[in-house]
Amino acid sequence: MNVTRGFTGRPRVQNAGLPPGQYDAGDDWPVLSAEVTPELSPADWTFRVDGLVEEPRTWDWDEAHTLPGSVYEGDIHCVTSWSKFGVRFGGVSLDAFLDVVRPQAAATHVVAYSHTGYTTNLPLADVTGGRAWIAWEFDGKPLSAEHGGPARLLVPHLYFWKSAKWIAGLRILDHDEPGFWEQNGYHARGNPWEEQRYSGD
Amino acid sequence: MTETLSTFTPPTRFAVPGRIAVSNRAAALWQTATLTEIRRETPHAATYRFAVPAWAGHLPGQHLMLRLTADDGYVAQRHYSIASAPDDQGHIELTLDHVEGGEVSGWFHTVARPGDQVEVRGPLSGFFAWPGDRPALLIGAGSGVVPLMSMVRHHRARRSDVPLRLLVSARSPEELIYAGELGAETTPVFTRSAPAGVPVGRMGAAHVAPLLAEAPEGGWEAYVCGSNAFAEHASRLLVAAGQPVDRIRIERFG
Repeated sequence: MNVTRGFTGRPRVQNAGLPPGQYDAGDDWPVLSAEVTPELSPADWTFRVDGLVEEPRTWDWDEAHTLPGSVYEGDIHCVTSWSKFGVRFGGVSLDAFLDVVRPQAAATHVVAYSHTGYTTNLPLADVTGGRAWIAWEFDGKPLSAEHGGPARLLVPHLYFWKSAKWIAGLRILDHDEPGFWEQNGYHARGNPWEEQRYSGD
Repeated sequence: MTETLSTFTPPTRFAVPGRIAVSNRAAALWQTATLTEIRRETPHAATYRFAVPAWAGHLPGQHLMLRLTADDGYVAQRHYSIASAPDDQGHIELTLDHVEGGEVSGWFHTVARPGDQVEVRGPLSGFFAWPGDRPALLIGAGSGVVPLMSMVRHHRARRSDVPLRLLVSARSPEELIYAGELGAETTPVFTRSAPAGVPVGRMGAAHVAPLLAEAPEGGWEAYVCGSNAFAEHASRLLVAAGQPVDRIRIERFG
C-alpha cells in the first residue's frame, strides 16, 4: 500500500452497495458519451435482434411498448468511478424480446449496437434471466436524449458503458467480439464488483 | 487475445472510431509518479508535473487514472487528461481545476508539494487521441482545454505543418488556462468579461463557421472537450456548420 502523504479523503461511507474504487455521485448523473447526441425521435427508433436466433425481428416504438412492462430499481456504476444509488428505470425486460426471437443453442455472446454506431459486447448470460432491460423511462419520465433516449440498453450489474445508449439492436453470436470501448483497452466483461475496468484487470 | 478487430459492423458508421491501438499492458500497471513542480495557471487551476520514469509514452488527447491512498487503505481514483506533449523523458503534466468538495483535486490544491508520490496507470483510451496526422479543429471550455493543449504542444514540438486550430471558451482572461502559451492557432471566447474591444458572449455559430469555411482539403477532425452542457452545445454548432458527425470526438467531464 502506497499511502499518499496528507490524504484523508471523503468521510468513509459504510455502504455495502458501493463496489470497490467507486464513490456515491449523489444526485449527479454525469454524461460521458463519446459521440454527438443523436436527434432520434420515438417514431424513428427501432430495435432489432438477429444473428444466431430462430426468428430475427425488428420492433418499432409502438410494437416494443406492447410487450409487458418491467421496472429496474437499484444502483448503477460507471467505470470512471461514480455510482448512483436508487435509480428507477422503466421499459421492457430483454428476456421478453429474446423469448420472441429464440436464441439458438450455440449462442454465447451478443454485440449491442446503437443508432450512432456505438458497440459493446456482452455474454448472453449477462443479458438474460431478468438482468437486462430496454429502458425508455427514468424516474417515471421519458429518458432524455443525453442519457440515451428514446431508449437505451440497461445492464445495471455491469459498468455502465455496457448499457448502450440509443440502442438499435443486438447481434447474437457464438463468440465474443469486442465493442468500441473494449477495443480501446476496456475490460471484456466489466463487473464492478471485481473492478474489471481495463483489459487485464 | 491478439485478434481484437470486430467483424460485426453495425449499420451506422460509428462517430468515433479508435484512432490508435491501446497498450493493455501499460493500462494494467500502477506506477509511482513523483510530483516535481507545481505551476499556477489561473485562480482555480494549477499544473502538476510528475516524474514517471517507466512511463510508456502517450499520444496527445489520452488520459490516465490517478489514485490517492489514505493511511486506512481508503483509495480515491479519478481520470485526468494529460496536458503535456509526449516526450521521451518520463515526465507528464496534469492541469487540475480545484473542484469544490473534490477529495482528489482538493488534496492537490491544498496539500501537495514537490516530492509527494501518487500512483497512475495509463495512458488510457485511444478514441480521443490525435497522433498529429490529420488536420484538427479543437474546441474546448474551461479545463476542457487540457487534452487539446497537449495536441497544440505536440504540434509545435514537431514543427508540424498539419493545419490545427483551437477555439477555447473561458469566463474571463484571468480564467483562461495556458493564456500565455496560446498563439495564432487559437481563438479565445470570453463568456463573462473580456479585454477592451473583445466581445463578451457564448461561443456561437459566428465562431465556428469561419473555421469550417477555412477547412483544409479533406476536412477537419473535430475534438470537443468540456462539461456535458458545453459539449452538447459545441457539437451542435459543429453539426450545424456542416462538420460530419462521424468526425466529431467528444470528451466530457465526469
